[in-house]
Amino acid sequence: MSDIILETRDLTKHYGGVHALEGASFQIKKGEHVAIMGDNGAGKSTFVRQITAVEQRTRGEVIFDGKPVHFGGPIEAREAGIETVFQNLALADDLDVPSNLFLGREKVKFNLGPFSILDRKAMREATMAGLVKTGVKIPNIMNPIRNMSGGQRQCVAIARTAAFHSKLTIMDEPTAALGVQETAQVENIIKTLKEQGESLILISHNMRQVFDLMDRIVVFRRGRICANLNVKDTDPQDVVAYITGAKTGAEFSEAI
Amino acid sequence: MSQNSHGIGGLTFDEKKKVRAPEWNVFFALILIVAIFEALGFLLMGQSFLFDSADRFDSIFNEARLKIIILQVAIIGIIAIGSTQVIILGGIDLSPGSVVGVTAMIAMSFAQVAEVNGLANPKLMFDGISDLPVIVPLIVGIVCGVIAGVVNGALIAYTKIPPFIATLGMMVTARGAAKWWSKGQPISFPTESYASIGEGMNPVFIFIALAILFHLILNYTVYGKHTYAIGSNEQASRMSGINVERHKVMVYTIAATLAALAAVVLSSKNLTAQAGMGVMYELDAIAMTVIGGVSLAGGRGSILGTVIGALIFGVIISGFTFLKLDAYYQEMVKGAIIVGAVVLDQWRQTRASARM
Repeated sequence: MSDIILETRDLTKHYGGVHALEGASFQIKKGEHVAIMGDNGAGKSTFVRQITAVEQRTRGEVIFDGKPVHFGGPIEAREAGIETVFQNLALADDLDVPSNLFLGREKVKFNLGPFSILDRKAMREATMAGLVKTGVKIPNIMNPIRNMSGGQRQCVAIARTAAFHSKLTIMDEPTAALGVQETAQVENIIKTLKEQGESLILISHNMRQVFDLMDRIVVFRRGRICANLNVKDTDPQDVVAYITGAKTGAEFSEAI
Repeated sequence: MSQNSHGIGGLTFDEKKKVRAPEWNVFFALILIVAIFEALGFLLMGQSFLFDSADRFDSIFNEARLKIIILQVAIIGIIAIGSTQVIILGGIDLSPGSVVGVTAMIAMSFAQVAEVNGLANPKLMFDGISDLPVIVPLIVGIVCGVIAGVVNGALIAYTKIPPFIATLGMMVTARGAAKWWSKGQPISFPTESYASIGEGMNPVFIFIALAILFHLILNYTVYGKHTYAIGSNEQASRMSGINVERHKVMVYTIAATLAALAAVVLSSKNLTAQAGMGVMYELDAIAMTVIGGVSLAGGRGSILGTVIGALIFGVIISGFTFLKLDAYYQEMVKGAIIVGAVVLDQWRQTRASARM
């Protein structure tokens, strides 16, 4: 088996006449952290939405973990092992941390259909393990999320990925709404995930963050991939040139 | 610092750091209200409200009053167990009062005796359908509740009309059905076994048993967890793979079924069913729920809170009777307490979020 966890071939999405994503061919290896950069409307989020099946693609192939996949929806993608952390946190404010982590996939002791008995102890322990793994600090996991800071809430959302041993994590601008300290907290988690060999796709506008944390940068421009850069071989000015269209990668010459 | 970077530091589920359960506030309110009535009792009436000051009972409490307090809220309390779940879900149910009316009529017509004092039962609904075993009217009643609940839930979940409107429609329709069933005539003379359901303190035992059952269900089952989750953030629940629509139908069905059970108990206790039974019960049930700390915004509250809310309700009614105040004042004060409870809840919430 290859060490490529996710590959897309000629992934394309048209909204009527608008070509939001055109022929995106992309690879990410196991344990690799890849940043997706680009201007607003460059196709970054569209690209992610095709992978997680929030929308159905117009054309192209998605190969996940060695097999071509065609998920019916984000829930199937998650069950297959692709965990997404959304910009707007998908958390229930009135529930505690374990309930949020296991929302929709609760551990049960006895299966009685909708009235299955929850295994609260197992969920609590898995939550603790997941939080330790990601390095999240929360005063008391049995308190409702409502009382937590934005950073802590984002961390809880990210901790889901660790708790479920997902194969690939996708984060869509996880620090866009956070303060300096909270951003640092989230970046720490990303570092921890790297150490543990988790694969990650990060959408970010933050150049420093990308250069600090990522292995590779893929730049989108006007619905096409226009550069595939190794972080070690490039610098921020160079990336900006690709984003704005001053430069285009040699192998992507058709993307003008 | 090494602790920090590995993220173990501060990660606990320390009981001491747990936020105090809001049920305690409701409980303190109950104690406070009892204390107020005790004080007024000594000042105005020269006797105790809850304690046995006239030495009429074996215990130190005025048992008669305690029994009345809980008995008078038991039947609406059963409805309130359902209202609690609907409100936690983020909805509202205005139909249980009318569901009580129609269910009492229909169930009672399958619980009648053929002969009263040697003469044919003058109120008999169906010729030849009499003296059935008690299980028949019970099942008929439950079926009425399930039908009303499925209609409520399906309207809300699949046509996306607001719960307020859907259940308002059911409130009017079910009341109409209750009147149509016997053309407005009361239905009376139930079998002995049916009459025994609501006899004596039975409504209280049924209320307590159902309260314990649903307390456990809300706290320890997937159904309970999803009810809180949907009330807290419907979008997040849907993204997490919860079948939100199916769950809504289930909650509204359980709520209407509880109203139907309340109808069986009530008609059994009164030995008769009338089309006007249960008018305004839904509002009393919602009031008990709100007084018990269940948030109308959804996601927060508990059966325990509602039970204490029901007791507060009972104490206030009994207290006014004890002080020999007119019933008019009762209703006016009841209204003020409902609004006060919501204001207090909101104030507590803003304070709690400001503290963090």
